[in-house]
Amino acid sequence: MTHIKDIRQKVQLTEHTVFNVNSTNFPGTYTDFDDVWSQERFEERFQIDIISLSETDMEFDMVGVDAAIANAIRRILLAEIPTMAIESVAIWNNTSIIQDEVLAHRLGLIPIKADARLFEYKQKDAEEPTSEDTLQFTLKIKCTRNNVSSDATDPNVLYKNHRVYTKHMEWVPLPGQEHLKAKEIRPVHEDILITTMRPGHELLMDLYCVKGIGKDHAKFSPVATASYRLLPEIRLLREFYGEEAELLQKSFSPGVIKLVETSDGQKMAKVANARLDTCSRNVFRHDELKDDVSLLRVRDHFIFSVESTGILPPDVLVSEAIKTLMGKCQKFLLELDSTSIGKGKHKKGGKKA
Amino acid sequence: MANANANPALSATQKPVLEVVEMKSENEESFQTFILHDEDHTLGNALKFILNKNPDVAFVGYSITHPSENKINLRIQTTGKPAVEVLKQGFKDLKQMCAHMLTTFEVRLNKDIISIMEVHKGSLNRESLS
Repeated sequence: MTHIKDIRQKVQLTEHTVFNVNSTNFPGTYTDFDDVWSQERFEERFQIDIISLSETDMEFDMVGVDAAIANAIRRILLAEIPTMAIESVAIWNNTSIIQDEVLAHRLGLIPIKADARLFEYKQKDAEEPTSEDTLQFTLKIKCTRNNVSSDATDPNVLYKNHRVYTKHMEWVPLPGQEHLKAKEIRPVHEDILITTMRPGHELLMDLYCVKGIGKDHAKFSPVATASYRLLPEIRLLREFYGEEAELLQKSFSPGVIKLVETSDGQKMAKVANARLDTCSRNVFRHDELKDDVSLLRVRDHFIFSVESTGILPPDVLVSEAIKTLMGKCQKFLLELDSTSIGKGKHKKGGKKA
Repeated sequence: MANANANPALSATQKPVLEVVEMKSENEESFQTFILHDEDHTLGNALKFILNKNPDVAFVGYSITHPSENKINLRIQTTGKPAVEVLKQGFKDLKQMCAHMLTTFEVRLNKDIISIMEVHKGSLNRESLS
């Protein structure tokens, strides 16, 4: 029975193979388990623990969900949460050496600190930007010579404005965007280098930001990375003493195995913190250890790591991701209720629930 | 825009969201293939999981017909119930599950935020946590 439980709940790492990778907890797979979906059972098991949280980074544990759901949240974080990014650039003057199209591409990738929830998607056929769907910035900068008589060679001394940073981008509120002034619309970082110039070089352009999602272009992705790993579990199948214990400790990442002193003065290995393990499987290189250590990962314990680009805090992103998944379900439920598909009209004798 | 279909605002008005593939033989509403437009593995796999948990489902699977087509084909075969009902139940279950995940997350966040702020020595200052 415990063996079957392990198959259901744990992924097993062996020397050359990984066993029990896929979820098998579906009705019909086992005779002794009830795997039918139950919201009550889910709510009982489901758990979230926030490990760390800062303005841009977050780590949290999500326990009691299937990989399909955890992965949906990860994918939504990467590709389906809207942000504002520069989509079109009107270049009135560019005498720097960087080409117009390269410059426009660089500008597109700059994270813009603006809550996309306050905006609408720009309609495909709409030509004029409106205050609901567009943010405008201007970039107007000219590189000039500094009045220095010395024979300095440092460009910082010689020239003014020879480095163009995101801080030089200026937000221009469109008519009707006065209420956004309190929100501090700006690039997230003020020190992203856009281009460098020399005296006589000049930039004059209007930058238009629209709302978009990462699926369309990676510049809209609200995260630098969003990933998860499964919680490792290490089982020592016998006791390890002395040199063997030290070898065992060395086979894992620091902090995973601790050595405790027994009453007769020997050092004995104990698992201190399996969470720190990277699952390198180094232990299987030692013949004297490999048969007595079992490396597992808990299949429904996800350690999420979310790094925001700084546009929205990571905890808001995770909430938005779950809401997005809910929204997808809602969209199809509405569709099923409102069209003939859900009512079974395309078949003779429509059925009811 | 490289792909207009990825924009939810555009797709809603122009294309159907959900279609049913008509079957050759009549009266088989327990065997159906649905076309979910503008969806991918994100919803496809989550939906497959929740439908697999339903004992009325004999088979469920999905495929992305072509990388450049923004849709998935979802096949449901049930043990008797109409596939549409099962699909609807799947969406309901998934939605309810997400609702619980969201509340758990936000409750936990509000609880943990105080202790986390102490660790970060007040580096977290933001207008609101909503």
